Amino acid sequence: MLAHLPILQVIVPLMAAPACLILRKPKLVWLFTLLTSALAFVISILLLQQVMTDGTISYELGGWSPPWGIEYRIDKLNAFIALIISGVSTVVLLAAQTSIEKEIPKEKHTLFYILYLLSLTGMLGIVTTGDAFNVFVFLEISSLSAYSLIALGRDRRALWASFQYLIMGTIGATFILIGIGLMYQMTGTLNMADLAERLPEVAETRTVTTAYVFFIVGVCLKLALFPLHLWLPNAYAHAPSIVTAFFAATSTKVAAYLLIRFTFSIFGVSFSFTTLPMETLFLALGLLGIFVASTVAIYQDNIKHVFAYSSVAQIGYMIVGFSMSSHAGLSAMLLHVFNHALMKGALFLALGAVLYRVGSTQLRDFQGLGRQMPLTMGAIVVAGLSLIGVPLTVGFVSKWYLVVAAIEKGWWPVAGLILLGSLLAVVYVWRIVETAYFKAPMAGKELVQEAPMALLIPVWILVGANVYFGIDTRLSVEVATAAAQSLFGVVP
Amino acid sequence: MNMILGLYNYWIVIVLMMIGFYIIIAHGHLIKKIVGLNIFQTSVFIFYISVGKVEGGTAPIWQEGIVLFSNPLPHVLILTAIVVGIATTALGLALTIRLHEAYGTIDEDEIQAMDNQEMANQDKEHQPC
Repeated sequence: MLAHLPILQVIVPLMAAPACLILRKPKLVWLFTLLTSALAFVISILLLQQVMTDGTISYELGGWSPPWGIEYRIDKLNAFIALIISGVSTVVLLAAQTSIEKEIPKEKHTLFYILYLLSLTGMLGIVTTGDAFNVFVFLEISSLSAYSLIALGRDRRALWASFQYLIMGTIGATFILIGIGLMYQMTGTLNMADLAERLPEVAETRTVTTAYVFFIVGVCLKLALFPLHLWLPNAYAHAPSIVTAFFAATSTKVAAYLLIRFTFSIFGVSFSFTTLPMETLFLALGLLGIFVASTVAIYQDNIKHVFAYSSVAQIGYMIVGFSMSSHAGLSAMLLHVFNHALMKGALFLALGAVLYRVGSTQLRDFQGLGRQMPLTMGAIVVAGLSLIGVPLTVGFVSKWYLVVAAIEKGWWPVAGLILLGSLLAVVYVWRIVETAYFKAPMAGKELVQEAPMALLIPVWILVGANVYFGIDTRLSVEVATAAAQSLFGVVP
Repeated sequence: MNMILGLYNYWIVIVLMMIGFYIIIAHGHLIKKIVGLNIFQTSVFIFYISVGKVEGGTAPIWQEGIVLFSNPLPHVLILTAIVVGIATTALGLALTIRLHEAYGTIDEDEIQAMDNQEMANQDKEHQPC
């Protein structure tokens, strides 16, 4: 049983998805989905434990040995990302049934959970597989279900956001397909470990450069790296709250994983950062992303838009860490991947609670909410502080490591800019705090109650995690550094 | 000359890719966009199939006296990609139907204009009077 964990990680949610159709009763389907996701979470914990003690696990699908058969390869990096995905997914699902009651018509609840599970399958598949073409297939599984999930939003704008995402996402996925095709053409293999061995021999050719560029542009579209982020704000703002919380915390992280995996362990640092000017390019785009997206976030009136743009900015921080191509920079990026999942999961889930009671997430509807929904607003404030990077929260930990990494690299101006970027976060978080706590409720508006427990508990679990991992950084830092180390050591 | 004739299938790939890409960007009609997306994807299918061709090789069926085979793997891969493409097209068309129901139009600019209008109205509605 234990030996089959790598495949179970993917197969459990995949099989559970159609099984939902048999159960039919929404409540039952919800419990079943929750159970499945929790099981995936347990599997990922076990996998991470195994990897941390015994090193990389290689699993041969159907007993065909790699590189001919498909191999699932779990190392510290993807075990870590799988843990983030399944963990956040489970906590978000706790709130799902209550939240979608108000946002999705009842007859679609079962379908919602099926799509959710498929999306989860796709993401877990991308991170566990060791086969390049498998990545594309899982990417499409997760993306197609993501488009449908976003289209479930109650506003008609959700449809439009979904369509735009479909066009952009498919272009991105097709670019990835071209990249993989070119890699296969040059090496004759699709296995990642095998690719890593054979690519250096042909690294001088233009085809390999083209392959890398196509692949990276495709991934950056999925990652919503500035300026390829155009699909993200509307998709996040109009999707059902649960979907937003889930995607904001996980889907861009998967793309970040692909970026790391292909750049560091397949093409190798010497190719990506020495032959190609990736360092300058990513640094510039990352910093631009931080400043442009944060500035745009300040001027948004829909709070979901504010945090969606803030997500684009946070991706900027990850990419800055990535561009350092050093051990410290990569650790900082991985830490931020973990921490950002916690922050944005908490924030968007709390916004779901606001939407549940108030029916809107426009800034002006927050007036007086500080008194009426103290626990929900408290969660937004704590997670917002974490977003800014205040000490004792996870945001501080990742910013700290990022700044230290920049200084270690001798990039003083970059360290300064990172801190300056945090000030912009102060502005947009403060706007919410000011409206919620210091403005009286609008005249003629009904008072609202605190959100139901079913929503508050998952929100506060995530907020608690924000604080806990901000103080006790052993788990996150240890795993992130170990993963970064393994990437700079030998090939996975 | 050899560059053009010898590699003509790759040239077709590039031309198709650019046509598809152009349609996606330039046309506001949603169905046309989906068609553009299809052409774009098809070009990649042709690319994969071209990669599988081995000069002088035959179909990969084992027979006495045949030693050189074409590579069947890219074809298998692209079958999967074709299925994915169909799923994407189906989803895109379904979304177009829903968009038509919700907006009464399937023109990108008109939908965008309605959305902007809606946003502007929302802001006005709530101005303190």
